[in-house]
Amino acid sequence: MHTNADACNDVSRRNFIKTCATLTAFMGLPRSMLGKVVEVIESNTNLPVIWLHFQECTGCSESLLRSSHPTLASLILEKISLDYHETLMAGSGEQAEQSIRESMVRNKGKYVLVVEGAIPTAENGVFCKVGGKTAVESLIAAAEGAFAIISIGTCAAYGGVQSVAPNPTGAVGVRDIIKNKPIINIPGCPPNPYTFFSTVLYYLTLKRLPELDTLGRPMFAYGRIIHEHCERRPHFDAGRFAKAYGDEGHAQGYCLYQLGCKGPVTHANCPVQRFNDVGAWPVSIGHPCIGCTEPDILFKTSIAEKVQIHEPTPFDKYAPVDGGKKGKGADPLTTALVGLAAGAALGAGSMMAKNLPGSSLEKKEKQDHGKAK
Amino acid sequence: MERQSRRGFLKAVGTGAGALALAPVALASSGAPSQVNNEELGMLYDATKCVGCKACMAACKRVNSEQGTLECDRAAFDQDALWDAPTDLTGNNRTIIKLYKESGQPWSYVKLSCMHCQNPACVSVCPVRALTKDRRTGIVDYNKDACIGCRYCQIACPFNIPKFQWDRALPQIVKCNFCKGTFLEKNGTTACASVCPSGAILFGQRKDLLQEARSRLQLNPGKYIQTIYGEKEVGGVNHLYLAGVPFAKLGLPTLPEAAPPGFSEKIHHTIYKGFIAPIVLYTTLCLIALRNMKRHEPEPQPTRKEGK
Amino acid sequence: MHHDEFQKQEGNIFTKSFFVLLTLVLIGVYLVGVRCFKGLGAVSNMSDGYPWGIWITYDVATGTAIACGGYAVAILVYIRHHMHYHPLIRSCILTSMFGYALAGLSVMVDIGRPWNAYNFFVPSRWQGNSVMFEVALCVMAYTVVLIIEFLPAILYSLEKSEWRRLHEFVDSLPLALTPDKAKLARRIDKVRAVAGWIRPLLDKVLIFFIVLGMTLPTMHQSALGSLLLIATTKLHPLWHTGFLPLLFLINCIYIGYSIVILESVISAYAFKRPIEVKELSGVARIIPWLTVIWLSVVLGDLAYRHQLSAAFRFDFYSCFFLLEFALIALGSGILFRQENRWSPRWLFVSAVLIVLGGALYRFNVYLIGFNPGAGWTYFPSLAEVMVTVSIVAFELLAYQVLVKLVPVLPKIHLHGHGKPGKTKSEQKVTA
Repeated sequence: MHTNADACNDVSRRNFIKTCATLTAFMGLPRSMLGKVVEVIESNTNLPVIWLHFQECTGCSESLLRSSHPTLASLILEKISLDYHETLMAGSGEQAEQSIRESMVRNKGKYVLVVEGAIPTAENGVFCKVGGKTAVESLIAAAEGAFAIISIGTCAAYGGVQSVAPNPTGAVGVRDIIKNKPIINIPGCPPNPYTFFSTVLYYLTLKRLPELDTLGRPMFAYGRIIHEHCERRPHFDAGRFAKAYGDEGHAQGYCLYQLGCKGPVTHANCPVQRFNDVGAWPVSIGHPCIGCTEPDILFKTSIAEKVQIHEPTPFDKYAPVDGGKKGKGADPLTTALVGLAAGAALGAGSMMAKNLPGSSLEKKEKQDHGKAK
Repeated sequence: MERQSRRGFLKAVGTGAGALALAPVALASSGAPSQVNNEELGMLYDATKCVGCKACMAACKRVNSEQGTLECDRAAFDQDALWDAPTDLTGNNRTIIKLYKESGQPWSYVKLSCMHCQNPACVSVCPVRALTKDRRTGIVDYNKDACIGCRYCQIACPFNIPKFQWDRALPQIVKCNFCKGTFLEKNGTTACASVCPSGAILFGQRKDLLQEARSRLQLNPGKYIQTIYGEKEVGGVNHLYLAGVPFAKLGLPTLPEAAPPGFSEKIHHTIYKGFIAPIVLYTTLCLIALRNMKRHEPEPQPTRKEGK
Repeated sequence: MHHDEFQKQEGNIFTKSFFVLLTLVLIGVYLVGVRCFKGLGAVSNMSDGYPWGIWITYDVATGTAIACGGYAVAILVYIRHHMHYHPLIRSCILTSMFGYALAGLSVMVDIGRPWNAYNFFVPSRWQGNSVMFEVALCVMAYTVVLIIEFLPAILYSLEKSEWRRLHEFVDSLPLALTPDKAKLARRIDKVRAVAGWIRPLLDKVLIFFIVLGMTLPTMHQSALGSLLLIATTKLHPLWHTGFLPLLFLINCIYIGYSIVILESVISAYAFKRPIEVKELSGVARIIPWLTVIWLSVVLGDLAYRHQLSAAFRFDFYSCFFLLEFALIALGSGILFRQENRWSPRWLFVSAVLIVLGGALYRFNVYLIGFNPGAGWTYFPSLAEVMVTVSIVAFELLAYQVLVKLVPVLPKIHLHGHGKPGKTKSEQKVTA
């Protein structure tokens, strides 16, 4: 077996510390915690993990293996005792089933259950059966002895692609079945492997689960929307958009909002952490974000559908100090009507003045009365 | 004109001249300048440090949008409602960054918001105390539950700051109140000052801001116009400005040192002091009218019963 | 009181002009409805630079001055004791009452948050530095006083008239809806009794309300001028002066007298009644004195403030100033000659000129001379104008209807100028 000591020998001390520093920052922990993180990784503590697969494409597991720092992957995989993983484990068939049964008994209350894939619930859950048991049964049995459940991938977290209407299999996420255990959702299609690593490391370092948002996602990875830390944001702010794939704007690397980018409503850290350790993520290569970490967006909305911006921020042009004409001035219709009315009034007044007696009889009477006196 | 009326005409002109004897009151300036209180809270905006990032606008909107239910000012070209793009202070924002740019001249940004005057005209004219000046902090605040929407404050403000929500069924007056009730108490500063990346916005007591402004003027005389705008204008205001281009170019009006309420209140209070004048007028008129009535009705009681 | 001096105007209420005015009123009602749902900006061109438009400038500032006929004639009758003007008083009070009530209605339409208006009656909200506070309370009080002053006419009508129109209406109803005639007669008798009981009590104390009705306008009409004292940097120096309260007060008095003349001549012309030239000539004598004092103060103040040159720059502001000055000077100049004062035509012309000039003064102070700074512009929108027109139409409509229900107009003198038929209707009313 590949021990921790062997793993540490495969990589230089400097790279090892650098990687630990990256992970510390990734978890949103202060630099001062670096020492503790290193200590944990170097120690012999071991976390038992049972990994179940249901309605999934295994992309999440593959994503874990795509980190091009195999030493890092193995570093972490050494920290966990992966007692059951249908893709990675050596055993199969009855041997595999025995392994999981024993692990569940031996580590009762101390293991983490990782679930990959959605769980079908229609028709008593027959649409997914492993080892003669339905997914629902396996899940409930495994969840009982786990102290926490990690739902990796949007399928396990919220149902994923199989749960799109009309949802013939009744696919749901783990949170819809298990109600009495802490569940950490790590959605994404696939999620960034570092998010999974860091969640495990966080627990090992601080002995508690990380802070979660209202959808059960670790805040350190899902706390911000893509729009807030996308490298194409200045193009958005200045109104520079790609209008069609391959057009001038697209070639210039302009903002992909008009092509349906879901960045403004998607919580994830893709623009920062990126994928495959080559610094690529969908927007950076010219495809709009499809909102794969959100329960209501991935596969439930059209990729080309534009989203509403909820808290608009200022546009990248400036209001001039001299704003030109402000307020509403005269419009031709009103001026004409007012002029007409004024003219009519003047006309009527003149007519009236003409028709009124110019002199007055009464004055004459007054004079007469005065004379009479 | 007959001789009688010519004499009368001259009499009338003379009466007019006599009315002008009220001149001391009517033409009075505000008298001795009222004391400026430098303990009050204020803001110093240094236009030479501003980089036009508009973080202050975004932070202000984020923090204060519930007060006044501020919406976004959509630009004409913005079909998808993507940006909040005001071109002036409006009923939807409390502060704005504008750009002064004339070819051949140095550019400058300017941040506009309530000046929180030492002797605010808006507070003086509000009939229902919707606008009030806090005695301790000097913040000029707005209370929508008192406001009747008469917009007298808009008439009064020499800086044209208070804005009205012309497009709402339930309109309010909108203006900066130094984040009172939303950010100031918890953070000790305003949202805009807290996010400004270049330190162009400082928030603190007026005396400290004046000191800082003066030292900047002294240390970098070539960089600044050698005046602190707001130090003396309309009796002194708490929102001070430093700039490298003339303040008038930035849209900050050239104003006299007299505070408008000093003029208006002096005349109004002289006329109505202790309510004496109205009471005297009423009493005098009553006496004359009653005397006239007695003169007019000398008939005894029986006649009165008829036709009444 | 002197109820025998007044008479009802005979005639059908539902005339052609009634329906024309009613249409205008309904247009206004619709526009006010739009204003309530879509905001003030939807029915007016007021903006942050010009927050006060023609609703405040005309309906409130100028309209109340025009309504000051009651105030002006009351001074003549009760203070100067010229009892021969008494016949004019009731129609003046009615016009004043409508004028002020509608100024109040305009304010309710214009202000943005009218549901908070009760704050004027909450002592903790009172703000004594504010001129508007004083104007509001004073105008509200004055409107109440005017209603009280008009009450004797209404009570007299309730008590003495035959309720002919009501009986005609009841007779015209189909049998199913006709109320019990005996019960109706008993109810009418009760109303008559109550009216008859209140009237003499009211008559005893009326003089105190009448004097109040002279004190209050003195206060608030001058305060309407004081409102603009605060705009030291925004009102053009041709108009911004510490004399604004005095100027507005004198202005409202000479407008008041001119309106009395105007209203009297027009209503005589419209209702085909003789023109009371004797009374009007007396009123016309006073006007020139007032305007001369006013013009002297304006000139003297301009000279003192070194602004006389501004009056002759012939720019936008100077032209409006000179126009206002010319209208008032010309109109009152006419009245210096006795022949003109006895001529209905020249009375009418000079009254028109003075009212126009006086109103223009108020427009200049509130709107035309008000300059908030670069770029701001204002001209009323069509909807805004229609709301004002509709409010004036409402006033005319109500006046037209009320003078036919209640004895308001001065009784036509019996020395030969009345039409023969009138005598009979006079008898009907006084019976």
